[in-house]
Amino acid sequence: MSAVAVSPVRAARGWSDPGFRALATQVIVLALLAGTIAFLATNLVGNLEARSIRTGFGFLWQAAGFEIGQSFIAWSPSASFGRALLVGLLNTLVVASLGIVLSTLAGFVVGIASLSRNPLVSPLARLYVELVRNTPLLLQLYLWYAVLTQMLPAASAAPQLLPGVYLAKSGLHFPVLQHGAGPLLAAVFAGALAFAGHGFWARRRAERTGMPARLWPGLLLLALPIAAVALEHAATISFDVPRPTRFGFSGGGMITPELTALLIGLSLYNAAFIGEILRAGILSVGRGQLEAAAALALSRGQSLRLVVIPQAMKVAVPPLASQYLNLAKNTSLAIAIGYPDLMSIGNTIINQTGQAVEVIAILMCVYLALSLAISAFMNWYNARVALKGAS
Amino acid sequence: MTFPFKSGLAAAALAIAATFSAPAEAGPTLDAVRKRGEVVCGVSTGIGGFSIADSSGRWTGLTTDFCRAVSAAVLGDAAKEKFVPLSPQQRFTALQSGEIDMLTTVATWTLTRDASLGLIYAGVYFYDGQGFLVPKSLGLKSALELDGASICTATGTTSELNLADYFRANGKTFKPVVFEAQNEARAAFFSGRCQAFSADMSYLSSVRASDAPNPDEWQILPEMISKEPLGPIVARNDLDWYTAAKWVMMALIEAEEKGITAANVDQMKDSQNPEIKRLLGTAGDMGQRLGLDPGWAYRAVKRVGNYGEIFERNVGPKTPLRMERNSNALWTKGGLMYAMPVR
Repeated sequence: MSAVAVSPVRAARGWSDPGFRALATQVIVLALLAGTIAFLATNLVGNLEARSIRTGFGFLWQAAGFEIGQSFIAWSPSASFGRALLVGLLNTLVVASLGIVLSTLAGFVVGIASLSRNPLVSPLARLYVELVRNTPLLLQLYLWYAVLTQMLPAASAAPQLLPGVYLAKSGLHFPVLQHGAGPLLAAVFAGALAFAGHGFWARRRAERTGMPARLWPGLLLLALPIAAVALEHAATISFDVPRPTRFGFSGGGMITPELTALLIGLSLYNAAFIGEILRAGILSVGRGQLEAAAALALSRGQSLRLVVIPQAMKVAVPPLASQYLNLAKNTSLAIAIGYPDLMSIGNTIINQTGQAVEVIAILMCVYLALSLAISAFMNWYNARVALKGAS
Repeated sequence: MTFPFKSGLAAAALAIAATFSAPAEAGPTLDAVRKRGEVVCGVSTGIGGFSIADSSGRWTGLTTDFCRAVSAAVLGDAAKEKFVPLSPQQRFTALQSGEIDMLTTVATWTLTRDASLGLIYAGVYFYDGQGFLVPKSLGLKSALELDGASICTATGTTSELNLADYFRANGKTFKPVVFEAQNEARAAFFSGRCQAFSADMSYLSSVRASDAPNPDEWQILPEMISKEPLGPIVARNDLDWYTAAKWVMMALIEAEEKGITAANVDQMKDSQNPEIKRLLGTAGDMGQRLGLDPGWAYRAVKRVGNYGEIFERNVGPKTPLRMERNSNALWTKGGLMYAMPVR
């Protein structure tokens, strides 16, 4: 009968209805939150006005007036504060992405080494992990920076490692392509795309037909466009070689000791944690898996690569993601050793404009966006490596 | 939405202020200082000759002495002061938020800072300028020879802007290496990362005197690429406190002009010179006009000496900093130190 279909819950009204109650609670909490934020914001604006402190984001379009030591886009002191922040962001992104790649590579080595059966390798890896994990990162950065700036020769006495390549306190100086760089870059890109495409196709064919995937046709595909462009532009290709001057070098490319110290410091520090994450991941793989791999006559290396690591990744990816987030945020320690990252440039802007609230707000938004992007990528990757349909 | 809310707050604040404020003789900061029995001054975290803590934790230096003078003038014989060491990044915020009563650091007086940070400069206790410290071994004679050099400096100062301006104006280039703190900039410079270290001349003298491995191996280049007047800063919302701080500065300079020192200030009280009588409070009501008592200037000089004494004791030629008076001499001796008339 129809009377049975109407449940007593559905019939309830007002607070006794759990659905309504849940909704109302949400609305009240939201309103309280919005009210608090509005109160704080009004309070802030009122206080700033009462103390005649200038506010607003107009300063972003004003000329910055200071020089920046390293920039991946064109920079001059007459550019705006907004562009200065962009320069800082790019500097941060370069360090963060290189740091993630390097620390992952080093972390793999450390993680696998710490599980090695070799009586020398494993204790060494453990020692490294304990040493690096238990001292502050800032201290390590100071150490690496001191090593690079104290130990290396002065620019005037810099040794020439390769033709046109010098290593000095002022950094690593090397020749860069002056003309034909654009086509060459395009060729490298095209070659890499072809290489990846071939690899993908070959693997699929190997899975389907059992014909082994070969590397050399891919390498050929990679080399062809580069060789073509190199021959085509051979006449016009020229290098901008660093020339020794009174105070170091002019021209050419340069990697500053600040960037190097930051990269080494961040990578080695995070490699210790990543090594531990991987070790835990590998240990989580059941012993039977290794035994089964051995029964199939796979070598230790093969069983690690084909059986253990793929399963270990499933456990390792979530903590790995949080380690990457740490690394990205820790790039802000750059300011201590003079690398012009986002935080460092933000600090300078605060001092020149006095607009701390606005700049800090921008910095928070940018770091938040950066963290969310890394997090989103790692979630996507996690979903990909997770065992599907397995119990 | 926000407008009535804000004016409501303002009305409430006014009502509270009207109920509780004492007869308007002294401003809120002066009242707060008296009630606390202590002047809280923000100082630089450690610059020899200007503000540095010794091994027993006592702060010495030219800027800390100014804070002591204000404290003596305002609080009488019970004068006390507290020094809060602040980095360049923290210093303005600390004053804006009311954490300190006065900033006696080496912060340069600029239009932007004076007009838009909610602060105001109460005078100048040191006329400084930015320069370059370089190793003598480079054999440089002028800063213009630094074309293409790496220059270490610290953020949070006007130095970064002056460097960019100077090199652009002269059609030269340089590579800045910018650190969060002067200590790190200094260390990088001494390790040879940069060919020059740029900061205010006063700071360079301090660094050469106390941090250089061997002071004689380093030279300060002759060019002064900027004007860096350093002075005490107070919050903009209390004119009475601002006036008091400003006139303590005047009193210290006036005392030097009239030959009043910490040693002879007691005899000077008997002087028949009307200007000295007004300054030391034996005639007139100058103290009262400032919301202070008649002995304000007497106590300031008695405690820290006149401006010249403060200079000689902390940074003068006989100190490790070896600085000449130059611009900081009295106006009667070719310098810029000039006290407005105490009358």
